[in-house]
Amino acid sequence: MGTTATAGLDGASFLDAGRRRGILGWILSTDHKRVGILYLAAMVSFFFVGAGIGVTMRLVALSMNPTIVGPQTYNALFTVHGVIMIFLFVIPGLSAVFGNFFLPILIGARDVAFPRLNLASWYFFIAGAALAILSLFTGNGPPDTGWSFYAPYSLRTGTNVTLAVFAAFVIGFSSIFTGINFITTVHRMRAPGMTWHRMPLFVWSVYATAWVQVLATPILGITLLLVILERVFGIGVFDPAKGGDPLLYQHLFWIYSHPAVYIMILPAMGAISEIIPTHARRTAFGYKAIAYSSLSIAGVGSLVWAHHMFTSGMSETANMVFSLLTFLVAIPSAIKVFNWTATLYKGSIDLSPPMLFALTFVFLFTIGGLTGVMQGALALNVHLHDTYWIVGHFHYVMFGGTGMAFFAALLHWFPKMFGKMYNRKVATLAWFPIFVGFNMLYFTMLVLGWMGMPRRYFQHLPQFHTGHVVATVGSWFLVAGLLILFGNLVVALFRGEKAPANPWGGVTLEWTIPSPPPVENFHEIPTVTGRPYAFNPGRTR
Amino acid sequence: MEHEAGHVIPYSTLVKVWAVLLALTAVLVFVSRVFHETLSVPAMLAITPLKAGLVFYFFMHLKYEGVLLKTMLFVALATLVIFLGLLFSDVLVRFG
Amino acid sequence: MSGPGPAAAAPHRDYQGAKIGMWLFVFTELILFGGLFLLYSAYRTKYPHEFHEGGQELNVVIGVANTIVLLTSSLTVAMSITAIQKGEKRRARILLAITLLLAAVFLVDKVVEWSAEIGRGIYPNGPELLKRPQGAIIFFGLYYTMTGLHGLHVLAGIGVLAVMLALLTKDRIRSDDYVKLENAGLYWHLVDVIWIFLLPLFYLAA
Repeated sequence: MGTTATAGLDGASFLDAGRRRGILGWILSTDHKRVGILYLAAMVSFFFVGAGIGVTMRLVALSMNPTIVGPQTYNALFTVHGVIMIFLFVIPGLSAVFGNFFLPILIGARDVAFPRLNLASWYFFIAGAALAILSLFTGNGPPDTGWSFYAPYSLRTGTNVTLAVFAAFVIGFSSIFTGINFITTVHRMRAPGMTWHRMPLFVWSVYATAWVQVLATPILGITLLLVILERVFGIGVFDPAKGGDPLLYQHLFWIYSHPAVYIMILPAMGAISEIIPTHARRTAFGYKAIAYSSLSIAGVGSLVWAHHMFTSGMSETANMVFSLLTFLVAIPSAIKVFNWTATLYKGSIDLSPPMLFALTFVFLFTIGGLTGVMQGALALNVHLHDTYWIVGHFHYVMFGGTGMAFFAALLHWFPKMFGKMYNRKVATLAWFPIFVGFNMLYFTMLVLGWMGMPRRYFQHLPQFHTGHVVATVGSWFLVAGLLILFGNLVVALFRGEKAPANPWGGVTLEWTIPSPPPVENFHEIPTVTGRPYAFNPGRTR
Repeated sequence: MEHEAGHVIPYSTLVKVWAVLLALTAVLVFVSRVFHETLSVPAMLAITPLKAGLVFYFFMHLKYEGVLLKTMLFVALATLVIFLGLLFSDVLVRFG
Repeated sequence: MSGPGPAAAAPHRDYQGAKIGMWLFVFTELILFGGLFLLYSAYRTKYPHEFHEGGQELNVVIGVANTIVLLTSSLTVAMSITAIQKGEKRRARILLAITLLLAAVFLVDKVVEWSAEIGRGIYPNGPELLKRPQGAIIFFGLYYTMTGLHGLHVLAGIGVLAVMLALLTKDRIRSDDYVKLENAGLYWHLVDVIWIFLLPLFYLAA
């Protein structure tokens, strides 16, 4: 990409500068870079709490008769695991951390369109998280409904559903405000010469995600509000005793929660679209295809929600309509996979830690995506629904997908964000237990589900026990690898070597400014004259 | 500091739109009281979006906005319509 | 409309950007109420008779009166924007004050209306309502939810408009910087649009 940026080396780093000292300087800052790091700190903490609950759930599976916890506790465990991982980690995901930090920089801006709204987003996020934590300890204990809060049980159970659901409602505002901010930023704040077709692919993906955040999240808002109104006032809208239809709850819930999985995966795919060209020193193959497939995924992904309801008692017509639409949504995702693969072809591949995790993403996400297409087949769905197959599927896409992409993005952009380089060998080393452990854990679940093991059960039949043992051991390898990965990064924060402005030889705008960036990002707003990822100008398609 | 002047809508235009809205409301109430459901329901389905459209177009200034904003609104409304349509693939069969 | 925007030095002011942001927020509200509309449509399909009957119990006079009140308040807030664009500060303040007054009238009407219905035992989990057929329970459940949520938005709107009146008085909203008032107006018109739909859904359902 041709630029005429002059990256000033005299601006103080955003980490040091700031109108206030200490912690106040962070939690009162509207600097998009600080907001991104605030999200990072919170989300990584929540991730490890959620992972701890996951490990505990695996220990329950290891114990057979009697189990180490009873059914009520187990129900609470998987509910809270889901709520934390989904609402507090994967949905904010790469948007909240890397979108916030890098969107303005990638388009040559000094900040997002509404910096104060941006900080407010984080406050709503933290407030919602606090309420969710509160729901664990007050009233009749943590919710036991599963993170999907299905009616009518969620209307009847004595546990703290009202508070937990209200927490999710509050967190929803965080997502909406971020979406509003990012859409406006992309439309209004691109640097001179940065046309839509010169924007980096991560920007396209974050933009598409923002639309889903704006248009889908309010449906979650109203659904959760209705659950609260039902529990508190008994309005009857989902209560079969009063003429309500529980299936309508499921429809409304999934109208948000299916697009939500595209909120989770689109920015992840966007990050991969940045990492693969950079670490293969190759221009992105099929730039327009990748860019527009992000918009297609957002669009078509909003039409498939009832594939979560095939066995619920929905009409056959709906079953068939949604099955067909579900098959269609695989197409734009596949387009991305083909284009990433083509980008690698004849590339100068550096198997750096970011590239390693990016390739892992492609592999694991493909498995997750293919299992999803299988679930879209009505006949198969009858057998697979509510089994461990489903649990395996969504962990492959959410963890093997978004999770791995999150790690890849963190490894890719860490030197830029913090101005420190981590130990590459240790990062690569961490990959082995992560990869092995992940597949031991989740591939086994696919097998268990295929064999008929139901999900959300605190006990299991003897024929499933071997699988559970393998999975649990896998979870230990996985967590060990994660601890090494993050431990390495924490050490680098304090004792890492100073990172150069461009450790990977990237050609997008973030690599033209110092590591870490100055507060104002650019000494002078750049003028963009060429396409992104111009590693080999001869190949343009 | 960048300053862009917005379009100014004359008072008279606003009052005229208001008058039309009141008239449409009167028609709506009349039709719903006097006629049977078979006529009143389609009338309501036609007149109500028309009233909303007038508010969007004039009071909310949409007539004088660019293609971008109009497209965005279209996308949002289309999303709702699609949700409704797909939902009814289930609802119409089970409740109809 | 899609060229690169101005990357200005501080303070960053972007009139068009501010409007886009507000419109996006308006979309989220449309979808929020849209979800309730989806539910209404589904249940109306299920209980056509009870929804028809339920409409007859509601007070059409107050419903129509409130419609006129809100339509007029939309007029006055739109006129107040025209006024400040022309630099007619006093007129703008008066129009905005009238808008606030009308909003308050709406809420008073609502309280009167609801008190009557609650007094008759027609409210969620109310004794009289529970005796009715299920379709009626759902009708009134949706009625209270939708008009209640709308009422909350009117209340919030009163807060927003009051703040705008204060800013207008202090010249923080002026003929060369009035986007806050415009955006507040957008919110208020949205509240009006929602009510435009609620009127036929509930009061004229009969």
